Amino acid sequence: MSAVPESRIWPKQGNTRVPYWVYQDEAIYAREQAAIFRGATWTFLGLDAELPNPGDYKTTFLGDMPVLVTRDETGQLRAFENRCAHRGALLAIKPSGNAREITCIYHNWTYDLQGNLAGVAFRRGIQGKGGMPQDAQPERHAPRKLRVETFCGLAFGSLSEEVAPLEAYLGPAIAAKVRRVMKEPVKLLGGYSQMLPNNWKLYMDNVKDTYHASLLHLFFATFRLNRLEQQGGVIVGDDGGNHVSFTMMQSAGSATEYEQAGVRSAGSGYRLEAPRLLESVDEIGDGITLQILAVFPGFVLQQIMNSLAVRQVIPKGAGRTELAWTCFGYAGDSAAMTERRLRQANLVGPAGFISMEDGAAAGFVQRGVAGAPDHAAFIEMGGREVGSDESRVTETSVRGLWQAYRRHMGL
Amino acid sequence: MDIELQLTVENLLARYAHAIDDGRLEAWPDFFTERGRYRITTAENLERGLPLAIIHADSRAMLRDRVSALRHANIYEAQRYRHGVSAVVVERIDAASARAVSNFQVVRIMHTGHSMLFATGRCQDRIRLAGEDGLAQFEERLVILDSRSIDTLLAIPI
Repeated sequence: MSAVPESRIWPKQGNTRVPYWVYQDEAIYAREQAAIFRGATWTFLGLDAELPNPGDYKTTFLGDMPVLVTRDETGQLRAFENRCAHRGALLAIKPSGNAREITCIYHNWTYDLQGNLAGVAFRRGIQGKGGMPQDAQPERHAPRKLRVETFCGLAFGSLSEEVAPLEAYLGPAIAAKVRRVMKEPVKLLGGYSQMLPNNWKLYMDNVKDTYHASLLHLFFATFRLNRLEQQGGVIVGDDGGNHVSFTMMQSAGSATEYEQAGVRSAGSGYRLEAPRLLESVDEIGDGITLQILAVFPGFVLQQIMNSLAVRQVIPKGAGRTELAWTCFGYAGDSAAMTERRLRQANLVGPAGFISMEDGAAAGFVQRGVAGAPDHAAFIEMGGREVGSDESRVTETSVRGLWQAYRRHMGL
Repeated sequence: MDIELQLTVENLLARYAHAIDDGRLEAWPDFFTERGRYRITTAENLERGLPLAIIHADSRAMLRDRVSALRHANIYEAQRYRHGVSAVVVERIDAASARAVSNFQVVRIMHTGHSMLFATGRCQDRIRLAGEDGLAQFEERLVILDSRSIDTLLAIPI
């Protein structure tokens, strides 16, 4: 692992502070690759539904490491490094496809769908000349295979032999909330990516921050989708890294606390001309209209009314992140339900009425702290501990993120 | 070649681009008929037969709501667009309407002065030639982004 400067000591206050160098430091970024993404964590690879047939493959990332995910001949999902054993070239140079075997374009070395080296071109030479020595063992340089586990149609991968099985890694409380949304086979609606001008952890800070929702996202508060006084809560998993926050819609609540606090989101008098945007059905049946669930290090499962999506947070350098979205419905959806989900998708994504600000806010922090590596964020809303809370006026899940991060990084 | 038809359509596309680029967002919905549809999607979604849109509006009222949200609700850093519209191919459907395909490149200029090529793609339009006030209007505009990646956010429509 790369050497981190001795000056990178976490503030003594612990999880209530986030030193800004953590979003900037290149040595920290490099250490994260080994300690987190290639370490004892599970990284989201994709939905089962993205690879329906044997031979289907897609490319993705484990941190910076390119990964090839396949469905093999037996129907099992496999994942291995997208790197040829020979000279290190990418094996798959398309984002997705279908193949019986994987062939490297450089020297035609071939692999089966599990990532085993199957063939080396001209291994025995031609007419007795050339070829590889008899005792050469290129198979031992084969691309590393990931452990792959699927839970409720969500496929995750890990390079670690030590990390707990996926369901145990989620923990029972978080696993139950995954099951709640992923209750039926899904049908893909589509995807897109945002390139964010900020460190990946700034996006995770934002996802885990239940406090900001109706303050930053005026759309929420004005239409009473998610006022902080509505019933709901936040559950934080055991090591702090995973969380789920949820809200139950109430009929019109009191605006008094907002107006007294003088917050921007109160009393704007803004009304939709086409309120059908917000027409939704309680398809899960428990009255929870909003659930945001995050799994360390970079996975989000979203239920915003009937808009269901997964988000993958992929680091692209210390100051840049790809946020890859895949929206989906259930395989049994009627045309009307699909249309409802597509309308509600106006709330999310790069042009999302709700999500638009999240990408921008993270970028504002990256720029705001440019001259302050040795200062820190102050996260004491809801107290100083990490744990579940019945209120969403809290930063407990943000503190949980940092508790898990520090443990993995030894900081 | 129906030159008057070609020019009518190119004029609509140009007026539309200027309205957005000038920041006259309130004029944007009026380029559409009352039940006009406007969607932004990606080439990848379209090629895979996937219906997800980045912006999905099926009425002028939804477009007005998007303008209201941009003016009164959403927070985004001050920015402008500059559209380049080209390669406009027009096909008459009937006496009242036409189809068009055109290319666009949108540069985004931030208040800091930073300019970037923000989006490229093509628009597939269904146009009512004599709409309100006698001007051509969109019955449907499908904006197809070449890339699946958007830098930071998409606030102003394309």
